[in-house]
Amino acid sequence: MNGIHDMGGLHGFGAVTVEPDEPPFHEPWEARVFGMVQSLGGGNIDAGRHSIERLDPVAYLKDGYFGRWLAALERTLRDFGILAPGELEERMRQSDRPLAPVRPRGAAAWKPAPRSYLRPLAAARAFALGQPVKTTDHQPSGHTRLPAYARRRRGAIVRLHPAMVFPDDHAHGRGENPQYLYTVGFAAAELWGDGAEPAAAVHLDLFESYLEPA
Amino acid sequence: MSSDHRHAPGAPDIALRVEALESLLTEKGLVDPATVDAIVRYYEEEVGPLCGARVVARAWVDPGYRARLLADASAAVAELGIDGPQGEHLVVVENTAKIHNVVVCTLCSCYPWPLLGLPPTWYKSPPYRSRVVREPRAVLSEMGLALPHDVEIRVWDSSAEVRYLVLPERPPGTASWSEERLADLVSRDAMIGTAVARPPDGRSRTA
Repeated sequence: MNGIHDMGGLHGFGAVTVEPDEPPFHEPWEARVFGMVQSLGGGNIDAGRHSIERLDPVAYLKDGYFGRWLAALERTLRDFGILAPGELEERMRQSDRPLAPVRPRGAAAWKPAPRSYLRPLAAARAFALGQPVKTTDHQPSGHTRLPAYARRRRGAIVRLHPAMVFPDDHAHGRGENPQYLYTVGFAAAELWGDGAEPAAAVHLDLFESYLEPA
Repeated sequence: MSSDHRHAPGAPDIALRVEALESLLTEKGLVDPATVDAIVRYYEEEVGPLCGARVVARAWVDPGYRARLLADASAAVAELGIDGPQGEHLVVVENTAKIHNVVVCTLCSCYPWPLLGLPPTWYKSPPYRSRVVREPRAVLSEMGLALPHDVEIRVWDSSAEVRYLVLPERPPGTASWSEERLADLVSRDAMIGTAVARPPDGRSRTA
């Protein structure tokens, strides 16, 4: 979708501000949101990303990273009927007592489980290493991982990857429909026109259906 | 909590909101607060840039390991006991005298958690995500890394489930150094590509 999340190449956001010795979480609530999402299993990662993309664009910019995670988590829980409308607000109004349950610190051991997105695919791949390609003008109203700045651009295949879950379908519950993935290199001038810096290139990981022979 | 807080920007209301959400999800049996504690502790204490620095230092001292790392990074870091979410499909890209690599995720904030921990705020921020693809040399220079004009910059926009780590150049004057001392020269930012490895006479670890 053409949303505010697709910000590669936008102007006007100003300087990058670096905070020295930054902790992973700045507020306890950020850690709780992160931990809840992870403990729920992360769900469908593509649907989760799309949930964030569909936030109100002003909120997207204002709420920060974990604020977006919280809003997306709440939306998902409502979509699945786990949270009734108004239930969370009612709980917030309910009591002056601390709401978080009492728990022994450090009771559970936990080790994150990797989750592969590789899928076997019998079909032959369409593109070869070094082959010139052009990206399509793919701009669905739903989820995609082809950034706007890389549409209809010419590049070359610089790395072949196995087939992986196709996010554009998976985010919408239309199945995993794996496709081969390619790293495609683009010269800066192809992407940024007369404003491009010299001696620069951008490499993106793009699914086969985003590409056509150039 | 007083009603004044309701209109304060951000914090108090959102903290209460998250507490309320956790208590509801706990009652519904979907969340175990002790597991949430363990997850938070894991990402606060167990993973971080030291994991990636171990990998880089090993690649600097062991050419066979370096070759395996560049060929199949997920398998190579698993040799050091490193794995986990957001590290399933790793690619390591190597800096040389003529090529400098830098990593971003313009569409969200994809980042190699098992090697670097959770990303810093600037990596997730609109200025970095919007600008580093368009004007990497300017952004790196603002962040304190002025690259010679004959060095090509390659920006890796993590647009799928592949996660990238930069293998910085080994600083000169470190030929006799142990792997452990070498790892101390490798900052988080050197593995994102917004910095290079510290010289041996440089200051100690910051980012």
